[in-house]
Parts: sequence; structure tokens; C-alpha cells
Amino acid sequence: MPQTAIEAQVEDGGSASKPQRIIKLSKTTDDSDKKGTNKRVKDIEVCVPIVYGTIAFYLGRKASESQSHKWTVYVRGATNEDLGAVIKHVVFQLHPSFNNPTRIVEAPPFELSECGWGEFEIGISIFFHSDVCDKHLDLYHMLKLYPEDESGPQSTKKPVVMESYNEIVFPDPSECFFARVQNHPAVVVPRMPAGFSLPVLAPVENTNEKGRGDTKDHPLSQWFLNFSEADELLKLASARQQVQAHIVKLRRELSVIDGMSQPLKPASSYECT
Amino acid sequence: MDAKDILGLPKTPLPIPQEKKSRPQKDSQRKPDGISREVYALTGGVAPLMPSIDVSQLKRRPPSDEKITWQWLPFTSSARKDDLQLYHWVRVVNGVPPTGDYSFAKYNKSVDVIRYTDEEYEKYLTDPKWTKEETDQLFDLCERFDLRFIIIADRFPTHRTVEELKDRYYSVSRAILVARAPSPGEVAGHPLVKEPYNVTQETERKRALSMVLSQTKHQERKDAEVLAEAKRIAESRMAARAAEEPDLPVPSDVGLESAEGAVGPGDTISPSNVQAPAATIAPSTSVIADNASTLASLRMLRVYLRTYALEQMVQAASSSAGLRTIKRVEQTLQDLGVNLKPKVPTKAVCAEHLELRKEILTLLNLQKQLQYKEAEGSSFRDGSYGDMPGTAKRSQRAADQDRTFVPDTISFGVIPGDRVVKREQKRKGPGRTSETPSSPAGAHKRPRKMKASDL
Repeated sequence: MPQTAIEAQVEDGGSASKPQRIIKLSKTTDDSDKKGTNKRVKDIEVCVPIVYGTIAFYLGRKASESQSHKWTVYVRGATNEDLGAVIKHVVFQLHPSFNNPTRIVEAPPFELSECGWGEFEIGISIFFHSDVCDKHLDLYHMLKLYPEDESGPQSTKKPVVMESYNEIVFPDPSECFFARVQNHPAVVVPRMPAGFSLPVLAPVENTNEKGRGDTKDHPLSQWFLNFSEADELLKLASARQQVQAHIVKLRRELSVIDGMSQPLKPASSYECT
Repeated sequence: MDAKDILGLPKTPLPIPQEKKSRPQKDSQRKPDGISREVYALTGGVAPLMPSIDVSQLKRRPPSDEKITWQWLPFTSSARKDDLQLYHWVRVVNGVPPTGDYSFAKYNKSVDVIRYTDEEYEKYLTDPKWTKEETDQLFDLCERFDLRFIIIADRFPTHRTVEELKDRYYSVSRAILVARAPSPGEVAGHPLVKEPYNVTQETERKRALSMVLSQTKHQERKDAEVLAEAKRIAESRMAARAAEEPDLPVPSDVGLESAEGAVGPGDTISPSNVQAPAATIAPSTSVIADNASTLASLRMLRVYLRTYALEQMVQAASSSAGLRTIKRVEQTLQDLGVNLKPKVPTKAVCAEHLELRKEILTLLNLQKQLQYKEAEGSSFRDGSYGDMPGTAKRSQRAADQDRTFVPDTISFGVIPGDRVVKREQKRKGPGRTSETPSSPAGAHKRPRKMKASDL
């Protein structure tokens, strides 16, 4: 990948111009072209928390045999920030009964809406920008149209929501990528180790034709689930406490028994503790 | 008759003709009991009650104006060299028999075997290993048997292998073609010229093929084992090389090197040679090394999902545990109210989850140890120590010790004595229904259902 010094362009305003996301880099001393993206930041993990899933609405009166539900499958940032800085495009693989079942979404928000009647497994392949990673990630999600409790008729107002939380981890990111996303709201970047120097850049603004790439005011955002690690951490901490307490008790018991099984001594000198 | 008297059955049976008539009708509508419908159908079974196809609906042939008769007539075939006359049925239309050659004559194909003249032989085709007579014989047979070399080899007067015969035939034909062609370019496209027969390659190929086919099952298994071992070693070597962990045990490296050297020579090594170093790797690789290699392999991936990473680490941590133990760990997690797969897998949550699993494994191991120790202890106690007065007292004390010990730690209303002893013998894992619903002091929530004997 050619990596030469290029201009950074920060465009303001909503002018619908082609996305120009190029970064100014200090030219590396190495001669070979590829070195730019190949220089990696050791021992630092860049993490992108995402939520992916489906929201399905029953069409009610407008429903037909073959199209009873309208559903949307999507990949969004866990805090609803724009993922466009990391993800280049997402490929949604639908059931073969759909026309063109391989749908490519090239700009955020990475989502796809369709009408149908059946539940099936949707393949979600996430492709990253070239300086991020050349391998893609495959996820799978089961489209759910029908609510858990089948009591009563389906409501057209309340959709069936299935979301999964996950984190995309880049164990040794390229310097270029790292520099680019240091202050990006969608990306979790640990503090730089001391003595590390990278040009700190202003985050590049995303000017893609769809407008904004974040999902904070997305029409479906009212149905988005909240994923808080606090509850789970609490549960885990309490569980660990219990287990540790039991371990202590068991260790004590074991030591007692071990103490008891001393070789035979005259009873008078035998001391039980 | 007497039997019927005894049983009190009526002497006169039902009138027979009636019986016979009703039976076929009944049988045709019912299948015999005792076997399923499908099985009965296999034997031919009962005919369908209604005809499946209405005969009147079958396609009717349009009434034809022609008069068709079938006649037994003689015929000849251009494929035959003699004048043999055979007979067959012929469809005659309006008295006119069909014309033309026998319809199957066109399938009488044969191979164009190039025949050389004697002068051509002298000029181009002489070979130290073949006499002219042999070559002539070969070509006769080739023509006769359409290049079926297996048959030709069988019938060849002197003993020659199939490959030799093929080689001679193809090289002669090639030479003739080239010699007869006005210019070399013209025949360059001919398959005989383009792809000459490679005798050595063919012999080698057939030899290798027969070797593979004639491998005994035992040998096959050995080969597969060796390949799998080599693959495993190569993979672990890759992971070990990428690992920056300093605590990767050195013996495993040494073991890998020697194993690699053993794999080097190829498929002539004996599997035992490879397995010996592999066996030394296994015990020396501790769980730490497992974790290290998992981390290393994760780092080799440029990108991965947090859930995937957790799965790998869990697997590495439970690598020494059997399936039952893993199930018990999962049961414990459930009892503690923890999701088997975290709903919000952040870095912190995954780390905690992993630690929790490891701690539960430790707990289960300790329980097992305790169980064994107790089993030992109780047999110790019940053993034949009646002879020595001192020991009797000792065992008594030990039992007392147990009895007083247990209630100290379980502070929720356990009756010391028999009940405790019985419980000690029946040591079960956590997750059974608790017999004491109230928890002491309600200090913290107890989602986990436990037995007193678990402690």
C-alpha cells in the first residue's frame, strides 16, 4: 500500500462532496512504500464496541402473504457514534429467496431494510479500511419477526428487537490507524505509553452523501437497547466473592484433614487442632 | 370334536361358501394386523381402492391415416464386412419397408492407426530395442483391438509391459506423422505431436499408484497419524514463535525442534519417533503455556471479536478439565446467576468472567480433593484398629473433631451428629436444592442453592 505524505482535508458544512479522508503523516524514514501502514503500534489494543441486530415491525393491515413484516438489520456503534472511520463497508447476506441476496452497504449508518415473512440467519461481514485491517469479520444474526409471547395479535407499533453487543479488537493497530482514531468517539483507545510520539490530528470529518453516519438520532433509536457493563460486572464480582469464600473454607477443611492424617503416635501426644 | 364339546363351542361351523366369499372382500379392504401398513405394502399388499389413473384420461393416439404393419424382414449392415443376413421386426408403413442402412451401423467406429511402409520403417523408425517384426505385430494388434493396450499386452507374443508398448506405438506414430507432414508446423497441433508419451513418468506414476492402493489399513493409519502430528507441531511451533511470553517452557521448544527434525526425512519415519517428543510437550505445557499460546494466536489475527477471544481463553483454561467438569462449571455459573456467555462482553467483563471460571474450577477441584480425603479418612477410621487401645481413642476423637468442626462453618441450623456424617459421605456438587432455605443474617443474596455438605 503506497503511503506518502498527503494532505489532511477538513471540510465543514454539509456540502455533499466526495468523502476525502486522507491523513497527513510524518514521512517515515524507511524507503519502502509499504512501511507506512505496516508500522504497527505494539502492545496497544484498539477496540470498537458495536451493537448489531434486527428490528422488525408487523405490517398489520398492510401485510400480505409474502410480506408480513418490515425489518431492518444493522451494525451500529455501541454509543451510537459513527463507525465510518473504521468500517469501510458491510455486506449483509440475506436468504437466497431475496433478490440480490448479497447487499453491500458502503457508508454509515450500516443498515438494510427489507420486507418479508420468514425468519432466517443473516450473514454480516464487516470490511475495514485498508489501513485498519485487510481481513474482514463475519458475524451471524438470527432475524426474529415474532415476539416471544404469542398472546394476542401482533402490534404494529411495538417492534421485535434483537440486538447483540460485541467488541471488535485490533491487537496491534497500524500507526496510521491509531493516529487517525485517537480521539474518535466510536473507538476505545488506551492511553499512549510514555515516550510515544505520534502526530495528534484533528479527527477528520465525515462528509459522505448519506449525511451523518452516527445513529444518535436514528429513527429507530428509541428501540435501541442499552448495554451497560456495570450490571454484569456487579454480578460477576459478587459471584467471585462467593466462590472465593468457599474456596477459603474448603482449603481450611483440607488442611484440617491433612493435619489429622498424621502417622500413628501414642494417643497422649496426639493433639488435634 | 371332543375338544369342542369340552369347550362348549358350537358343533356346526359357519357355512363355508359364505365364509369364502366374505373373506376375499374383507381382505381386499383391510390389511392384516400385526404389521404396519408400509411393511405390508412391500409385499405387494392391498391394491388401491380406486384406480390411480382413469383409463379414459390416458392420451389417445390420434387416428392415423397410414396403415401400419410390423414385418419380420432381413437386413444388412454396412458395419459388417461379410454378407451375413440377419432378420428383425420392421415397421412397414402402407406396405413400404424403410430404406437406409442399419441404424446402428454408424456406431461402428474404430481408431485410425497409422500404418507405415517398409521404407518408412527403414528410414525413421528403427530402434535397438524393437525388431521390425515386433513392431509390425504391435501395430496389427493395435488396429485389431482399437488401442486397448491391456489386451494388446496380453496378446503380445514376447513379454513387454504396457508402458513399453505404448511408448513404441506413440513414438512410431509421432515419427511417421512428422515425417509425412509437408512442414513441421502443420502437425504441431496434432495431439500425438504436441504431447509425447513420457514413459518414465508413466511408469513412476503407476508404481506410486499401486503403492498407495496396496497400503494396508495399518499403514494408512500410521501415515495419517504422522501427518496429523506434523501439522500439530507446525502449528504449535508457529504460535510459540509468535509468542512474546517469556514463560513459555523451554523443554517444549526443544521438544518441538527434535520433533521437527524427526518429521524432516519424510514419510519414512516411524510414528513413535514423532510421538515421543510430542508426549514430552504435553505434560510440560502447563495452563500458563496454554494461555500464552492462545494470546499469541489471538495477536496473530489482525482483528477478532471479544467474544471469540473469550471463547478461546475459556477453552485454554479448561483444557485440562473433562467434559463433566466443564458441565459442572456451567451449572455453577447458572446457579450464581451469571450468564454463560456475557451479555455485554467488554474487556473488563470478559476478564472477570474468565477469572470466575478459573476460580470455579479451583473450587471444584478442592471439593473433589476433600471428597477423596474424606473417603480415605472414613475407611481409615472404620478400619481394623480395634487391637490397639490408643487408636480406638484416636478414631473416636477424629470423629468428634469432624462433628464439631462442621457446624462451626455452616451456621445455618445443621443438626450435628448422624445427619452430618451421612452428608459427608454423600458429597455432591453445588446446585442441588437447599434444605435450609433461610440464609444466615442475610448478609448477601444467595442465588446459589447449596447444600450444607458443600462447604
